[in-house]
Amino acid sequence: MVPDDEGGGLMRVDLLGDAIDGLDEALTAVDGFDDVLVGGLLRPQPGQSDGLMGLAEAVAGTPLASRVAEAAEKTAAGAAGEDHFVALAAARTALLGSVHDALAARVEEVVDRPRAEESAGEAAPGGVGDAGRGEETQASNLGAAARSWLSDLARAGWQGIDHDLVAEAAPVVSAMLPDPALRRLATLLDGFAGELAACCPGAGLERIPVRRWADLWSRAMLLTVPGAGSASAGRGEATGRLLPLGVDVQEHATAVQAQVHGVFEPADGGTPRLVRASVSAPKPDTVVGAGLWQVLRPHMSLLTAVSEERVMALDAMPLTAEGDLIWDDGRARMGDSAEVFTTARVALPTAAAFPTAPLDRHPARLAVPVLLEGYAVEEGDDGAVAFEIAGQRLAVDAERAPTAGPLTAEAVASSAACIGLLRWDAGEFLLQPLAVERTVGKKSVAVHAGAWAGGTSDKAGVRAEKAATDAVKVLRERAGKLLRK
Amino acid sequence: MVTDRFISVPPGLGEDSPFVCMGDGALSLWERSSTARVMPSARPRKLAKVPFVELADGRLQGVVSSGSDARRVYVSSVEAGSYAFTCSTNNNRPCGGGRGWFCNHIRALIGEAVLQYGLERVTRYLKVEDPADAPDVHSLTSAMAGTRPAQGDRSTAAQVFSRFLRHLAYLELDPSTAPVPEMQWFPTTRAVA
Ligand SMILES: [Zn+2]
Repeated sequence: MVPDDEGGGLMRVDLLGDAIDGLDEALTAVDGFDDVLVGGLLRPQPGQSDGLMGLAEAVAGTPLASRVAEAAEKTAAGAAGEDHFVALAAARTALLGSVHDALAARVEEVVDRPRAEESAGEAAPGGVGDAGRGEETQASNLGAAARSWLSDLARAGWQGIDHDLVAEAAPVVSAMLPDPALRRLATLLDGFAGELAACCPGAGLERIPVRRWADLWSRAMLLTVPGAGSASAGRGEATGRLLPLGVDVQEHATAVQAQVHGVFEPADGGTPRLVRASVSAPKPDTVVGAGLWQVLRPHMSLLTAVSEERVMALDAMPLTAEGDLIWDDGRARMGDSAEVFTTARVALPTAAAFPTAPLDRHPARLAVPVLLEGYAVEEGDDGAVAFEIAGQRLAVDAERAPTAGPLTAEAVASSAACIGLLRWDAGEFLLQPLAVERTVGKKSVAVHAGAWAGGTSDKAGVRAEKAATDAVKVLRERAGKLLRK
Repeated sequence: MVTDRFISVPPGLGEDSPFVCMGDGALSLWERSSTARVMPSARPRKLAKVPFVELADGRLQGVVSSGSDARRVYVSSVEAGSYAFTCSTNNNRPCGGGRGWFCNHIRALIGEAVLQYGLERVTRYLKVEDPADAPDVHSLTSAMAGTRPAQGDRSTAAQVFSRFLRHLAYLELDPSTAPVPEMQWFPTTRAVA
């Protein structure tokens, strides 16, 4: 089939609306289990065993089968131990992994870019932690403490949570945060516990984010298994040019991460690859807006390159088997300017994606850079934005952009071209804008979500920077007086 | 074909399965979203007067700077529902400012909480029924003070203060350039509460 260039670049956007075989069945099993966690497993009701058995049946043909069947049975009888909860979390994760793979395959058809060849020589997936022995013991003790808290959560159910139960996570998180090997689990537990605390007591909740909390619970549960959260053992090196496409910012009350998506062109002339570079930090909850950039900026010169629309030259930058650059400013040099929309039009179609790590196979992890053009904008009464391309409606998450940046929902709604991340949530594909092009007079003007990442001369941006600087100054001053007594 | 990518298409999970009817259809999309936004992020505010505020443990609580002594802070709290209040220094000396009523530290705490979390969330958390036509931080404070709340248990001050120190300790933790895939569940948003 010849792709229709008019209808959204070279993409087969029309395929996004087509049903995917097996998706509903897998999600139904997931939902059945998620509903079980609402009421909790302390005294399971007859209705809850359906959800547990459904999960077990859904993985019946896999190596997990017998462990999960046993776990479902014990749990339905109110006799589950922690290992049984881990088995249930593993089954749910496997099911969502299959959903991820089906969605990723569909996206591959839609974007029609070079296929990711498994770079077997470079890397093998998975791997064991590289922590020292003494640290390993402490790490596994903390992992066990986290597992015990998560098991208590499962017994209480979302409707049974209270302040005392949720507060038990705090000492575990505090002990984990300073250890780089436990940072991922600590960051997850911290965000999860903060959210639960804001929703206590669970008995009073009018609605519950059922899938979300089950996601966070299962993921945390699996990360407590030793070795599960360690960085992949396989590492390559990247030498060549990195052309940024945009920044995706993620934050909860006490953590922030900025992920730069870009195209890496190897110096040896190999296939260009889609890569990410991340920088994250724990933060006090009062550090927000421009404060997020200020926390991250000193650790990744790439944020400046994104703001200034520049290329960076990489010299032996560590690169994981999943396409994550482990950024080191000492291995990067600022290069020439390169307009992001040119990168998206010229380099992006040639770039091949890396495979996803086994544990990361989850629909929420799908974030595929795309360029869309030639769409009609549809604006709902509630301000919701959607693009219509080739007869297909694509929802746009126009609010998913950092507050300390110029990319507003209005800018998205008045755009003619958009670079974004294709995602999937709650049963549909959607687009997270990273940058848009608008026509102002006869000129095309680009607006980037990450325009202020490296700093800004924009008036509102400067004001936000000043406020954030002052806030951190006050906190540091207090910390200086009170913490080092 | 994608069917074979599935671990299995579970038998008994077709349309006539007993839990399909109580599953998907009835529940809203929000409940089936992985990245549903449950908690809006804090709004920026100046921190000099009240460096720490939180809605936690069933209380609005925080730390208020002393107007006169840079080394002294007050630990103040108001309990949800009863509005029982406490105010003492970080060395656990009672605050003499309120004479049985909300002192200025508590008033400042309420004001900054409203800036950080929004009026609606603070009002809901404290379980206040504000009769004002146009509720604001003053009517919220009056609605609570008008019930003549009692003094609360000051022994929680040490706990609040240690939570403040824990909060400050986040500044001392090193950033990392190793990816944290878990943060995919916490998208940023421009939307305000
Ligand atoms: Zn006082």
